[in-house]
Formats: sequence, C-alpha cells, structure tokens
Amino acid sequence: MAQFAALLRKDNQPVRYLVVDDSVFARKNLMKMIEMFGGEIAGEAGDGLTAIAEFNRTKPDVVLMDITMPQMEGIEAVERIVRQHAHARIVMVSSVGYQENILAALQKGAKHFVQKPVKPEVLYEILRYVLSDDPTAAGAPVAFAGEHSS
Amino acid sequence: MRMELIQPFIDAADSVFSETLQAPAKIADLSMDENAYRRKGVAALIAIKGDIEGRVILDISPEVAIKIAGQLAGMEVQPTDQVVRETVCELANMVIGNSVTLLNDQGFRFKVFPPEIHVNEEGLANSVDTEALVLCLETPCGDIYLNIAMHYLHRRSRERDTASAVS
Repeated sequence: MAQFAALLRKDNQPVRYLVVDDSVFARKNLMKMIEMFGGEIAGEAGDGLTAIAEFNRTKPDVVLMDITMPQMEGIEAVERIVRQHAHARIVMVSSVGYQENILAALQKGAKHFVQKPVKPEVLYEILRYVLSDDPTAAGAPVAFAGEHSS
Repeated sequence: MRMELIQPFIDAADSVFSETLQAPAKIADLSMDENAYRRKGVAALIAIKGDIEGRVILDISPEVAIKIAGQLAGMEVQPTDQVVRETVCELANMVIGNSVTLLNDQGFRFKVFPPEIHVNEEGLANSVDTEALVLCLETPCGDIYLNIAMHYLHRRSRERDTASAVS
C-alpha cells in the first residue's frame, strides 16, 4: 500500500476534514484515506443539509463532498456553505464526473473535483493542491511533512 | 435498445471493477428481458431522468458483496446486512455515475438519483415501453448482474404524438 507523508497545517496540527457522502461505505473509505494522509475527522454527514450544520459546528479545514445525495445535493450545499464561509475548501468527490457537474460545483465555490472510485494518490495530490499556501485563502495555511512514496 | 446507450455501462463497469477489484471483469452473459426483473441477491436501483430515461439495477449475492466489501476495505469485513447493502449501493453509484459521465460526453443530458435498495422477493417492473438488457459480469469475487432499461425520451414523445395523430 502506498505511504503518504502527513499533510499538516502550518501550525503542525493535523488537517481537519468533514466527510459528506450518503454512503457509509464511501465515507469509511475516504476516512481511511484521510487517516493515511495524517488527517483528522472533524465530522461526517450523509446529506447536504447535515453537511451545512456540521460545517458550522466543526469549522473543518477541508470538506470532501459527494454530489448525488438525498434531501440536499452536494452542489447546493457547496453554494450555501460558501455563501457563509467564502474561503471554505471543498473538494467534490463523485462518480458523476461530467463537465457540467464539475463546472457547476466550481462555479458555486468548490475548489476541486475527484471522480470515484477514488485513488488515494489522486486524492492526496488534490488535497496538497487545495491546501497549498494561497494568499486568498483564510484559515491556517498548511505544510507538507515530506514527499509521498509508493 | 441502442448499443450506444449500453456500451458506456459496459465500459464503466469494466473500468470500475478493474479499479476496485484490481482485476478486469468479463462479460459472462448478455440477454434481453421483457419481464419484470427477478433479483438474484441484493439489488440497488438507480433512476435516470432527462434526454434518456429509465433505470439501472446492480444485483449481487450477499456472499459476493461481502467479498467485494473486503476487497474495497482492504481487510476482512463483518458479513452484516448493512455491509452488503452499502457495498451494493456504492458499486451501483460508481458504475452508473461513470456510465452517465460517458453518456454525457456523447451529448446526452440527464440526472441520476440516489440508489434504492431492493431485498424483497417481488420483481422490479420494467416500464411498459422499455425492454431491459441483462448483463452478467464475471469478477474474481463472483458474478455481478446489471439490468439496464432505458429509452430516449424524445423518441417516446414522438411515438406518443404519432399515436394520438392516428387515433
């Protein structure tokens, strides 16, 4: 199994993630990857509405957000979260990866998109990118504790 | 049912199973079915609405689902009903999500809905004007069934218009 250097915040604390997916199985898989990346689970949610509440409660560094979910879909949840927290870092994680979906999510404020099935090395690189120092981003910037190796 | 609607499902299933199970899937059987679908194990149904309408069912025996769950988790998993349902739902999500992505690239526009799980003994009815394609895929974990029933919405509308003009 690939080994990954921990992705840490600039204050050397683990990056805190909110994992949003209506599938418990998918959430577990993502949480396992987050653990591999040295992250910490701030919260989890199974739909967009709960995701908004959990975001407000936990103030995570990064949100991994599914698109197709009951009650409220991921793209609408992104829009609502970003409306209140302009610098929220949200990565869409979905099996439905066509251009309109990706564009809609990015237009609503998502930072990136990864298609399922998720490859850990792909998610890792996307998280590195999303967490990289960005002068426009608020919150604690991040540091990478070395390079990852397979 | 046109092959251009089916091929993306075959390609997506092959790609998803190759990635998640680390081995290619082989088509063991392919047939057309006009009757209500009789599930073989635990079935996840995903509805599709838009330029193309219909539904896709992914159906796996609980034993196969547990093997796949273990493969996905990278460890042995407890053989519970919840694990079985979650595995079937997630596989269906991935296969169908990837399929509609391919179809979207061909210009079709539609929306997919979260999977519904079916574990009862009743058949899952096809829509009245849609035949289904049943695909059995052989994987290292066991057989996975895909039942695909879809049609072009605009063609159905045209047929309705023709029918009302005749009557």
